[in-house]
Amino acid sequence: MSGHASTYEPKYAAGRWLDKRLPIVRMGADFMTYPSPRNLNYWYTFGGILTLCLVAQIITGVILAMHYVPHIDYAFESVQRIRRDVPFGWLLQPMHAVGASMFFFAVYIHMFRGLYYGSYKAPREMIWILGCMIYLVMMATAFLGYTLPWGQMSFWGATVITGFFGAVPVVGESLQQWLLGGFSVNNATLNRFFALHYLLPFVIAAFVGLHVWALHHAGQNNPVGIEPKTKKDTLSFHPYYTVKDGFAVVLFLLIFAFFIFYQPDALGHSDNYIQADPLKTPTHIVPEWYFLPFYAILRAVPDKLMGILLMLGAIAVLFVLPWLDTSRVRSMRFRPVARMFFFIFIFACFILGLCGAKSPDDMAFTVGERVVNGESRLIGLNFVWLSRIGTFLYFSYFLILPILGLIEKPTERPDSITKSVLGDKHPKPAVSG
Amino acid sequence: MMLRLVKNKVAPAAALVGMIAGGLTISHAAGSYDFDYEMKYPHWHFEGPFGTYDRAAMQRGYQIYREVCAACHGLEHVSFRHLGDKGGPYYDENYPDPNSNPYVKAFAADWLIQDIDSETGDTIERQGTPADKFPPIYPNDAAAAGSNGGAIPPDLSVMVSARGGGADYLYNLLIAYDEPKPEKMVISPGTYFNPVMDGGAIAMAAPLIDDIVEYADGTPATVDQMAADVTEFLAWTADPKMEARKNTGLMTMIYLTILAVLMWFSYRRVWRNVEH
Ligand code: HEC
Ligand code: HEM
Repeated sequence: MSGHASTYEPKYAAGRWLDKRLPIVRMGADFMTYPSPRNLNYWYTFGGILTLCLVAQIITGVILAMHYVPHIDYAFESVQRIRRDVPFGWLLQPMHAVGASMFFFAVYIHMFRGLYYGSYKAPREMIWILGCMIYLVMMATAFLGYTLPWGQMSFWGATVITGFFGAVPVVGESLQQWLLGGFSVNNATLNRFFALHYLLPFVIAAFVGLHVWALHHAGQNNPVGIEPKTKKDTLSFHPYYTVKDGFAVVLFLLIFAFFIFYQPDALGHSDNYIQADPLKTPTHIVPEWYFLPFYAILRAVPDKLMGILLMLGAIAVLFVLPWLDTSRVRSMRFRPVARMFFFIFIFACFILGLCGAKSPDDMAFTVGERVVNGESRLIGLNFVWLSRIGTFLYFSYFLILPILGLIEKPTERPDSITKSVLGDKHPKPAVSG
Repeated sequence: MMLRLVKNKVAPAAALVGMIAGGLTISHAAGSYDFDYEMKYPHWHFEGPFGTYDRAAMQRGYQIYREVCAACHGLEHVSFRHLGDKGGPYYDENYPDPNSNPYVKAFAADWLIQDIDSETGDTIERQGTPADKFPPIYPNDAAAAGSNGGAIPPDLSVMVSARGGGADYLYNLLIAYDEPKPEKMVISPGTYFNPVMDGGAIAMAAPLIDDIVEYADGTPATVDQMAADVTEFLAWTADPKMEARKNTGLMTMIYLTILAVLMWFSYRRVWRNVEH
């Protein structure tokens, strides 16, 4: 769909004047009339929802930053002051905190959508890779932001994560000290984390600009994964998708509002209401829910460096996915075997999330008990081993896809988007490969 | 019969699967004590989407805090004027500005605040004003630990949010001191058995005993009553804007629901001629 012909015609002299010099109105108009496949379902509304999340985080964040104090002695107190004394601080603070969770919720759906419909495949590799970049910067931003309220989990989470850098061979220790600005998480750390937390959302915004640019150049994929062939296959973005996205946005806001107003603390950890205390380690240090699967992968192996490499690998493998999936069929709708592995992959992510939340030595399930040396011992599977199984399943998806693309026989696909919508029932021989 | 069969056949098989999957048998030492304490879950006035704080309970709770807990615990994030804020225990429509609320003024004046004499620069103590924060109980952590056998009484401002169990946790912590201690358990000197506390031992002696205060409104001051009241008060200090939040929440949900319906019909209308 690249090079969609511009239909914008300035009505007034001023408009014509500007259009010759800076065709910004034309750009907006072309954006609104962009031809989008007619069969996009609600999974495709999450891109718009994510844009809203980003804007909401930036607006609430900028206002919070006007009242927040990045100092270890005042940070915790300043958050309380925002919630108690700053006009509408009681609303803005939970909006920003819950907003981060909603952002990740949306991005995970958006990414799973991409996986399911094969949106990462040619010619959309750059859209996908830019998306992965966005995800990476989002994770950094969320981690830095979580440190700012200076609660127990803020402090100890930051200590654990920055500790990873210490495991890098040779330079690890100096790298860690350079990052922290000291030997442990301290005031210098908090200050630089605040500065970076303010910076990174704008980096995300820039990446989103590129992401959408690439999207408009390569054209949007769709649930059947077949390129639009005729004009009948597409619809103007406005009003068709503005109204559909708008409806989805309002439903999303309903969930968002429910958490802000009725469960503002449900997604957080109660320990973060205790001011950071470098001398008191919490019994369980757990990251925010959206990091749990990676945390589980990290702890799945006893060696620290191996754990870190595995965790980084779990993210890095997403970047090369377009070249790992060898099938030319995009949508999982027509790949029954791959679809099964896709659902196993999702299942693995949930299992890993569960493992990340639990202590490694606790039992996931027990099947019995036996007495050894007068001590009762439970027999079963503990969370370390469950997270090992989860890690195995996670990575096996990326190992199976390259092979599967070569041997799998896809089911028959419709000739065009329009036919898929209107129901083309003529049997066609399946085209494999 | 059936059950026994399942147990005999399935359990070992599952154990085997578990062992293969896990590579080994995982042991889990069952060393910690199991306390028989059964948590009580009273109904809180502030529960649910429409719940509000019970004003009378909060006022009694403030009395408990003032006369009992404040011997050891601070309330550092709360100012006296907050007591008279909308949603607070002493809110009065006639005094929209809490700084002129007579109750708030009187309560503030009841506390001594460390200050500096602006003329001489000397350290002085003066009566509190509504604009002051609740003063710290101890000059520093060392003094707090010194007076409490090494344990520092934590600040109570956000205590209800800072424990997983929330209000129920605090309430049960205060009423569970009478529970019998497991015989084998050894309690070190200066700590007390309390099955609700993590590990079962706490460095705070039972703060509440029947009739330790005389309620201004004549309510019988049982431990249970006092525990519930101070919990109501501390739930408010932890989340003082809850009522405003729930009110706004209701309006927001109604607004968004109407908007969703309108959007749905717009969607249907825009797409009426397009099969999809
Ligand atoms: C004599 C001093 C003293 C008084 C009076 C007192 N406390 Fe404490 N409190 C302590 C100390 C000391 C600790 C720390 C206990 C520990 O860490 O083991 C503590 C801890 C607590 C905790 C935290 C328990 C936990 O989960 O860590 C709560 C909640 C609490 N007190 C509530 C109250 C309330 C409510 C009152 C008034 C009814 C009160 N306290 C009165 C000394 C006191
Ligand atoms: C701040 C975060 C993000 C924003 C604001 C954003 C925005 C968008 C928008 C507006 C679209 C078009 C509408 C849609 O298809 O839903 C889109 C498409 C897409 N996004 Fe994102 N995105 C974000 C993050 C990501 C991430 C993390 C990934 C994956 C790693 C990703 C992968 C994709 C892909 C592959 C498409 C094309 C979908 C298709 O054509 O089928 N995006 N994005």
